[in-house]
Amino acid sequence: MDREKVRVLLSGNEAVAHGAREAGVQLATAYPGTPSTEILENLAKFPGVYAQWSPNEKVAFEVGMGGSMAGARTLVAMKHVGVNVAADPLMTFSYTGIKGGFVLVSADDPGMHSSQNEQDNRFYAKFAKIPMLEPSDSQEAKDFVGIALDISERFDTPVLLRLTTRISHSKGIVELGSRKEYPVSGFDRNVTKYVMMPIYARKRHEVVEERMEKLRKFTEETPLNRVEEGDRSLGVVAGGISYNYAKEVLPDASYLKVGFSNPLPIQRIEKFARSVDQLLVIEELEPFMEEQIRGAGIHCRGKEFVPNQGELTPEKLKEGLVRASILSGLTKEDLTVQKAGGGFPRPPVLCPGCAHRGLYCALNKLKADVLGDIGCYTLAALPPLEALHSCICMGASIGNAIGVERVVNPKAPVVAVIGDSTFLHSGMTPLLDAVYNKSNITVIIMDNRITAMTGGQHHPATGNTLMGEKTKAVDFWALSKALGVDQVFTVDPYDYNATLETLKRAVILPGLKVVISRGPCVIFPKKVRGKPYRINLEECNGCGACLRLGCPAISASEERTDKGLAKAIIDESLCTGCDLCAQICPIDVIEAVG
Amino acid sequence: MKNGVMNVLIVGVGGQGVILASEILAQVAVNSGHDVKKSEVHGMAQRGGVVSSHVRFGKKVYSPLIPRGQADVVLAFEEAEALRWAYYIKENGRLIVNRQKIVPPIVATKKGSYPEDPVGQLKKAGNNVLAIDAISIAKDLGNTRLVNTLLLGALSSFLSLKDEEWGRIIRVRVPKGTEGANLNAFEKGREVAWV
Ligand SMILES: Cc1ncc(C[n+]2csc(CCOP(=O)(O)OP(=O)(O)O)c2C)c(N)n1
Repeated sequence: MDREKVRVLLSGNEAVAHGAREAGVQLATAYPGTPSTEILENLAKFPGVYAQWSPNEKVAFEVGMGGSMAGARTLVAMKHVGVNVAADPLMTFSYTGIKGGFVLVSADDPGMHSSQNEQDNRFYAKFAKIPMLEPSDSQEAKDFVGIALDISERFDTPVLLRLTTRISHSKGIVELGSRKEYPVSGFDRNVTKYVMMPIYARKRHEVVEERMEKLRKFTEETPLNRVEEGDRSLGVVAGGISYNYAKEVLPDASYLKVGFSNPLPIQRIEKFARSVDQLLVIEELEPFMEEQIRGAGIHCRGKEFVPNQGELTPEKLKEGLVRASILSGLTKEDLTVQKAGGGFPRPPVLCPGCAHRGLYCALNKLKADVLGDIGCYTLAALPPLEALHSCICMGASIGNAIGVERVVNPKAPVVAVIGDSTFLHSGMTPLLDAVYNKSNITVIIMDNRITAMTGGQHHPATGNTLMGEKTKAVDFWALSKALGVDQVFTVDPYDYNATLETLKRAVILPGLKVVISRGPCVIFPKKVRGKPYRINLEECNGCGACLRLGCPAISASEERTDKGLAKAIIDESLCTGCDLCAQICPIDVIEAVG
Repeated sequence: MKNGVMNVLIVGVGGQGVILASEILAQVAVNSGHDVKKSEVHGMAQRGGVVSSHVRFGKKVYSPLIPRGQADVVLAFEEAEALRWAYYIKENGRLIVNRQKIVPPIVATKKGSYPEDPVGQLKKAGNNVLAIDAISIAKDLGNTRLVNTLLLGALSSFLSLKDEEWGRIIRVRVPKGTEGANLNAFEKGREVAWV
């Protein structure tokens, strides 16, 4: 393999994993979250790397810190909102600095393909005063990991490697290399560095400012920031995916490609600005660079034609440039041949046979206010179920419910719905709040025994680790009891009547109630398939009860009843045989096939 | 092919195998000596939602996204999705549609309605449409799971990639024991496209 370079097609996330492998990363931690999840899934496969899912991003970050403090090269990965959860240790880790190289990978989601907001995490680098690297494609995603770890060790700082969905989930050709090992030297008892009580923290803050000074020099020299000379009439400052969109739309312009974006190479930008007639700053989301460049007194244009909302695309960029009279007119090719094909909705839905469905059908009978959380189970907010009424951030459901129940009078049933992985992520502390402050809410833990939304990752209640080992599985019943909840119920969401009875009883009981809805996910860790069901078309009266389950396997057929109602039909190739529709059919005309 | 870059957009519904199809295409393009970029979105969208995958290849590819109105070929695994994405096709570009309708549950509750005869609409709008009843053909070949390779076969006849690479990659990517049947379906797809 020596001479001949191995070239493979990799996603940005796979490339980051390879980068960590090559750079001798020994410890990698994360909590799953789209678009970051595949980084750890891939890293776990490489010899010499120990990778783990932590219950949440803060813990992942702190475990990673420990590895670094003991001298191991470490990578911690999360989605953009995960950094909010890990922000507490991040802000102070900036003060202590590292021992083994430490890279925090933040995968942002412009356009919110799978997220609740589209915050721009570049501000975290500025906020925490740490260096930031932004790759533009898979090759850079791989290379920048090793470079980030070198920078981390050279400047004694954690480093932010910022990806976006289009970097994480796009594939490009990557040249692979071999792994280099870095021995682990152990934890040093260095009190002035690691004990951040005020007397030492003040000193470390000085160190941070000195480090920023050094980094401001570094950013002017590093080849991560480079000028590409082209047509002098237009100079573009861009990094990350925006650089490639700009190259697509303005192939002939001059470029200052920013790969190292905190601190920005202000002197080079100034020099570059002088060498071109007009300076454009092309960046997705917030004017992170533009504001700093303007702040330095350099004239530039940017957000006036590049939107600060949603995902940037080559065509949005082009349209903006035309609007700002930087490009002259759209060519025939840009003017779309036809309009987008209407607004036909195809929202994501709960899978056929999903355990969450039965619970929601029962819940819908109770007319409760349902404070929701994040996961597959959030999909029930959409029609036809419309069974949960809020979704803010992981763990918010329980605290939100406590607040609602506290102030609303007369008391109506208030329910919090939270997934198993979400509960372990950040549901335990608010449940403790409910116990402590004597709340009367009902908390439903949707225990499908996996982190489903992000593609089926293990968590502390599944009994398996990321490395494929067996481990202890948390018992939600015992856990709730230990936290002080006296009234704990378990339901089987596939048994509709029993579930409904238990819920009815629970919500009207005074005090705090926990209901554990236990039904394994039908696609992770493996697909569950039973005998499919069939609707007797002769007898179906078109009442639509089964259609209102929102099951992708059930649709309206061409056949009509005498009253002109559409009869329902089951697609047997999709049906898993959960039999929920058979249980709720008021006239009993749904039966197992064969 | 603009600036020597070929743009293929593959679209469908979560669970139909759009991503695997685009993986195969991208790998064939790499093995045929091209620079390749490919992009799609994972996560929430995949739960029965809309899935699209962009594959671009040529001498040098910058953006992983195909600018709309510039796809040389759009391959749609589902009819309404063909309608949704047709605006990506460039002038004189090509649209391959699998004759399958997947009606989402939302239609049953009258909060949306499935478009009337998408293929007819697309033809009327002047598109160069190749509609293939891939499920029936695959059934004749003995297995409805062969639909995807069949459609890839049809796609392949509009792209100049190395024939032997198609065979090689398909063999690696399909389940063990089904290689022969898949290669057969691939050839069948090519035939259909030629007629
Ligand atoms: C802070 C944070 N981390 C990660 C995510 C990504 N995320 C959204 S839902 C989810 C998992 C939900 O799993 P679970 O609670 O078990 O519900 P399920 O999807 O299995 O129904 C994750 C990790 C997020 N939105 N916010």
